[in-house]
Amino acid sequence: MNAPLTLKDYETDQEVRWCPGCGDYAILKTLHKFMPTLGIPKEKSVFVSGIGCSSRFPYYMNTYGFHTIHGRAPSVATGIKLANPELDVWMVTGDGDGLSIGGNHMMHVLRRNVDLQILLFNNEIYGLTKGQYSPTSKIGTRSPSTPDGSVDRPLDPCSFALGAGARFVARSIDTEMKHLTVMLGRAHAHKGASFLEILQNCPVYNDGIFEDVKNKKTAADSRLVLEHGKPMLFGKEQQKGLRMNTVKLQLEVVTIGKEGVSLDDIMVHDETNKVLAQMLASLHAPDFPEPVGVIYCAGVSGYVDDVYAQRIAVREVKGAPDMNALLRSGHTWQVD
Amino acid sequence: MSVVEQDNVEAVEAGVLEGVVVRFAGDSGDGMQLTGNNFTEATAIYGNDLATFPDFPAEIRAPAGATFGVSAFQISFGSGDVTTPGDAVDVLVAMNPAALITNVKDLVEGGVIIADADAFTDKNLARAGYKLNPLEDGSLDNYRLIAIDISKRVLDTVKPFGLSHKFGLRCKNMWTLGLTMWLFDRSRDAAIDGLKKKFAKLPDIADANVAAINAGHAFGETAELPSGVEIYKVPKANVEPGLYRNTTGSEALAYGLIAGGQLADLPIVFASYPITPASSLLHTLSSQKHFDVLTFQAEDEIAAVCAAIGASFAGSLGITSSSGPGIALKAEAISLACATELPLVIVNTQRGGPSTGLPTKTEQSDLLQALYGRHADTPLPVIASATSSDCFDVAIEGVRLATKYRTPVIILSDGYLANASEPWKIPNFDDYEPFPVVAPTEAEGFSPSNRDPDTLARIWAKPGTPGLEHRIGGIERDSVTGDISYAPENHQKMTLLRKARIDGIAKDIPLQTVDQGNTTGQLAVVGWGSTYGVIHQAVKRARLESLDVSHIHIRYMWPLPQNLGELLKGFDGVLIPEMNTGQLVSILRAEYLVDAKGFNKVSGQPFKIREIEAAIKDQLESQS
Repeated sequence: MNAPLTLKDYETDQEVRWCPGCGDYAILKTLHKFMPTLGIPKEKSVFVSGIGCSSRFPYYMNTYGFHTIHGRAPSVATGIKLANPELDVWMVTGDGDGLSIGGNHMMHVLRRNVDLQILLFNNEIYGLTKGQYSPTSKIGTRSPSTPDGSVDRPLDPCSFALGAGARFVARSIDTEMKHLTVMLGRAHAHKGASFLEILQNCPVYNDGIFEDVKNKKTAADSRLVLEHGKPMLFGKEQQKGLRMNTVKLQLEVVTIGKEGVSLDDIMVHDETNKVLAQMLASLHAPDFPEPVGVIYCAGVSGYVDDVYAQRIAVREVKGAPDMNALLRSGHTWQVD
Repeated sequence: MSVVEQDNVEAVEAGVLEGVVVRFAGDSGDGMQLTGNNFTEATAIYGNDLATFPDFPAEIRAPAGATFGVSAFQISFGSGDVTTPGDAVDVLVAMNPAALITNVKDLVEGGVIIADADAFTDKNLARAGYKLNPLEDGSLDNYRLIAIDISKRVLDTVKPFGLSHKFGLRCKNMWTLGLTMWLFDRSRDAAIDGLKKKFAKLPDIADANVAAINAGHAFGETAELPSGVEIYKVPKANVEPGLYRNTTGSEALAYGLIAGGQLADLPIVFASYPITPASSLLHTLSSQKHFDVLTFQAEDEIAAVCAAIGASFAGSLGITSSSGPGIALKAEAISLACATELPLVIVNTQRGGPSTGLPTKTEQSDLLQALYGRHADTPLPVIASATSSDCFDVAIEGVRLATKYRTPVIILSDGYLANASEPWKIPNFDDYEPFPVVAPTEAEGFSPSNRDPDTLARIWAKPGTPGLEHRIGGIERDSVTGDISYAPENHQKMTLLRKARIDGIAKDIPLQTVDQGNTTGQLAVVGWGSTYGVIHQAVKRARLESLDVSHIHIRYMWPLPQNLGELLKGFDGVLIPEMNTGQLVSILRAEYLVDAKGFNKVSGQPFKIREIEAAIKDQLESQS
């Protein structure tokens, strides 16, 4: 038995080229620490990315890695997994790469349920191309391409993932190493496409957009930590919570002890409930706390496993492949 | 490729024909392709050499009776060496007025028309643009017309099987097939067997179709046909002994890709997106799952090529396929495969363009796209199939080059080759030389930039191999370490290395040979791709007239064979027929400074022999 792997085993000798203070550093550190805990030989892991700041990630992971082209990481990762289902494939993307130029591939990799861990670093901005607004930027975002503020409506990554049929959807925060580690573990344990949105701060082009959710002073009121089977409570004293308004069919923020609200009124999180997941995914500040944690998890068989199972079934019927027999299949005739 | 050893030179007796061209034409829902394929099979079994040309509209079921909805299947067969579907039609089967009006112009004077008189209704006549019924107004007097009430006879024939009017009429094509079988003395056995298999679960339909074939055949035997219409004898060709089958280009190409994977000892991941006329490759391969072939119908062309690249990165052979518009979408990803030096096979089944163009018609207009249609300096090997059966060997060669040189390879086929069938002497797979790929395992001294000193191929380390963990990507890589490098001298070196690797393939491919004629002389007719058969016949005819013409057919479009330039310089003139506006001609002029002349056709239809023959004569005239 080889010595267990450590954080050092996953670091590369490459100079990390993100801006100082970038949230990506924290995510990288968490991954370096997390990967050895899986007990998987590192040659079995592959990191695949598209283009953008987050997509430089594979260069810094001492596993197999492929830095591909803009938006296409889901397709490349699908090919890798199809070719070798034993590989542990991770995909790293951003809001521009994964939801703009690569939105179509993201939709299909989720719907097919290809067994990948998809880490989407959402900083609501294009970093590498110098700060243009992205498909997740809030309305009014001023950027080099929207000097008067953006006017198009943003897309919500977790809602998109659920809409595409993802069976595992979670959200975490770049600097919350403990929470992020748990989410990485859950994503990895899930068979099929695991979609993990990581709120990530870009200190250069979009600094502080998640400040309320991240800042220790404000986090308690602006962050809802989801746990399966537990009431959805938040606030410093855990006095606030989400209640299902059964007349309006929507979630609302209530305070325990006020207006006759008791703990029993608070909705209990059920991560297998898709309707609830869709409601949670669309909750955002300032009216609601930002839900983090596993929003939805309901496993079914993965695409690649099904593909191989089908092949085994066909082989049982057709037998071992024989090229000469294939060439002679159908109608043939002999000329003497 | 013709399977004839030498032309049958026996004297042609009265009533015996050297070769015949038959065209079946009807509505796109009339089953003309099926009829043609059945007739082709019977003809192959009979022992004629043959070539076919399925020509159908893009519309799946165009409105009945519309001229744009006419679907046709042409077969040329004979006792000699047949390499084209024929210039002119001897027998035209026209299932309705639209089929007649759109095809009769290709019929030779005195040719036979078999028409379903029941379909020549006022409505159908008007829709086709006839003011008067051509079956009755004498306008077809130059032909031998057999107007038969086929629909009525078919309905009478199938009545005992309880089919509805609609399903009963669908047996029309089999009735017509039966009559045509009689006309050329073909056996109905294979077609009948095929119907019984096809409709095994619907015995009534099977029986009705079989009855229709037999009724059509019996009609020929018993009816009084116009004078001059009798059973035609087309003697067997001197076919090389062996076991045969019919194949279309797409079938042979699919089998070649599977064979290539086996010879390379690599599993295949075939990722594709549906597009006419390339989809049949995906269909054929997806029913061969018991081989080491996985097929993936991607969400778009880009996803397809990217999945193939991912598969190659993971140690399988990634293959993708499309037609010109789809290849354009894949271009960025193909450049990624060039940059990362991964094997990839890309099949382009060309069609008429630009844009949607003529999806079901043929053209050779993607040669420049294949050679140059990517950003930056991204040379890659391009090879082209000459005939349907040649697609098998070309596919194997594509896999060999991709895996040996770790490069994307483009295989050019076209709509004509993909759909046209010809007899194929089935090769023995054991005769093919394997070219197994051995994945590296040695960690000592490993760098993802290591190269084979001879081929310059980059090391292809398979994820999952301990100690060989590495990262690759589209950013320029250091020529030694493989790490990201923006160094100017490194980019210069890497660009030249990638080019040298592709240029070096010229040493690994056969020298260009001359297909017919001398290696020097007055005129070389140079072709590539599916024009092989028609150029072959045109040059053959010209040579029979003692003209000093040679035929050179290029398979390796890039890199070009090392001796090609010298070879071309041995001719006073070079004529290049192409189904585009002059692409190979530009390349050869640029590469070799030869005064090559183009002869071009872009109608969506293959060349006719006489067109090329005339071009040869014009060219020789202009040289004298």
